[in-house]
Amino acid sequence: MYDGAVQDLIDELGHLPGIGPKSAQRIAFHLLSTDPSDVRRLVETIQTVKEKVRFCEVCGNVAEGERCRVCLDPRRSDEVLCVVEEAKDVVAIERTREFRGRYHVLGGAIDPMAGIGPDDLRIKDLIARLGNEAVREVILATDPNIEGEATATYLARILAPLGLRVTRLASGLPVGGDLEYADEVTLGRAFEGRRVVT
Amino acid sequence: MRLSRIQLTDFRSYSDLRIDLPPGMTTLLGANGAGKTNIVEAIRYLGTLSSHRVSTDASLVRAGESRGSVMGIVEKAGRSLAIEITIVIGGSNSARLNRAPVRPREIAGILRTVVFSPEDIDLVKGEPGGRRRFLDDLCVTLSPVLAGDLADYERVVRQRGALLKALRGKGSETSALEIWDEKLATLGARILRARIEAIRALVPYVSAAYADIDHTGTACSLRYGSSVEVEAAFDSGQARGIEEALLEALAREGPRERERGVCLVGPHRDDVVLSIGDLPARGYASHGESWSAALALRLGTYSLLTATGGPDSGKDGEPVLILDDVFAELDGHRRAALAERASTAQQVVVTAAVKADVPAALGGSVFMVDGGKVTIDG
Repeated sequence: MYDGAVQDLIDELGHLPGIGPKSAQRIAFHLLSTDPSDVRRLVETIQTVKEKVRFCEVCGNVAEGERCRVCLDPRRSDEVLCVVEEAKDVVAIERTREFRGRYHVLGGAIDPMAGIGPDDLRIKDLIARLGNEAVREVILATDPNIEGEATATYLARILAPLGLRVTRLASGLPVGGDLEYADEVTLGRAFEGRRVVT
Repeated sequence: MRLSRIQLTDFRSYSDLRIDLPPGMTTLLGANGAGKTNIVEAIRYLGTLSSHRVSTDASLVRAGESRGSVMGIVEKAGRSLAIEITIVIGGSNSARLNRAPVRPREIAGILRTVVFSPEDIDLVKGEPGGRRRFLDDLCVTLSPVLAGDLADYERVVRQRGALLKALRGKGSETSALEIWDEKLATLGARILRARIEAIRALVPYVSAAYADIDHTGTACSLRYGSSVEVEAAFDSGQARGIEEALLEALAREGPRERERGVCLVGPHRDDVVLSIGDLPARGYASHGESWSAALALRLGTYSLLTATGGPDSGKDGEPVLILDDVFAELDGHRRAALAERASTAQQVVVTAAVKADVPAALGGSVFMVDGGKVTIDG
């Protein structure tokens, strides 16, 4: 244990995701030895983030105004809506530069062990959007794990009566890899999801 | 397949040990605690990259060291493969194949073993969980894709259990329980199908092995003991038959599950039922019969895997048979019968505390294990 302020800082840092007690201690001592102007800049940046950045009132993505960059962009198609778990996933899909539709961020996945049910996700907002907008296809892009699959299944069920085209991202082999290096499970799933070429 | 050399460096009690194994039968003799099973564990670890004794790798490294390794030379299909795995405490393990670094996963399964050890008596006398694990291991060997389904299924059961606990006592609110029912039924049906197929393939081999080992003339049989009646659905061959049977059972048990907050339906509640004569082996079989049944399960598995069309068929696929400290548990007749069956295997490694326990008919080379050293006897 350290004295007052130092220990307080270590405790605060230790609450951050991915930071254990040792890392918290390391960061605290790094900050102690850092130039005061650098520390001030870090503090200001954190404050700015909390003041300026919010969540887009339409899609739930991070935004600097009421609406995010994607929702404000008039060139994007209103006909396709991609549903993801986190704002991080929007960034990942944007990197492909392939998708020209809009997004809906759920804020997580159905995960009973963590106490997260459908009502804790932005599903009501999604339904409301589908009622008002000109969406023709919903792409379910939740993670390919048990929780993401369960969320996709749940959404598929409640979207079914709306008469939209509902699709799910494919899972299988990584591009640019060798077939021989794929593990049995991934290769097995790729076989299940094979498609007709001719 | 033949293991021609095994080398242990800072593994368990050994700082540095090298044994060159001659073809055929090898017996490791040594007092209790001399380190025989550590050698068996090393061989097994080299094949599966997991230990049957502990769940974390750290305890495999010799006390006081930060890394330990096992190297083996496997003769297979006219080729000599040197495989090596290094266990690093607090780091990731590394592997080499013929001296070139590879991912550990790539050397798993090059060396195949079937091990029979005193703990196997739990297959007959122990809890259903041990038998399910035995059956699932066999299913994964027969169809590796099932490993993913088993892991997913376990996660679904835990998630569904958490949801049932949260719903306990909360009237009729369902809160997306149906999506977990659906996942449980889909994955559960795949597991059930694989398990029933595996059991049916295994039955004749186990019965034959039991008849060989036990001289009393009583028969040993086994069947899949499912908590939900699914064999009829399996036999009907309908694609969704098992799934529907599971969904029906979930609907039926729903109120009880919600009352208790536990997942009561699915392959995680099942068992493998072994019978000797007309009685279930668990709770009724004598000590000798239990041993015969446990041996029959292992030897039957060995025969199934090496049978024509099995994953280890062909002379060079045949796994190394390891009999760890088992002869001491058997009477004279069972010993002789086991020795006779073992003598047909390509390579067998036997461990024993007392030389007199090992039937002379086995022959082969004998090594003495004592104080971290292994020397050839005679």
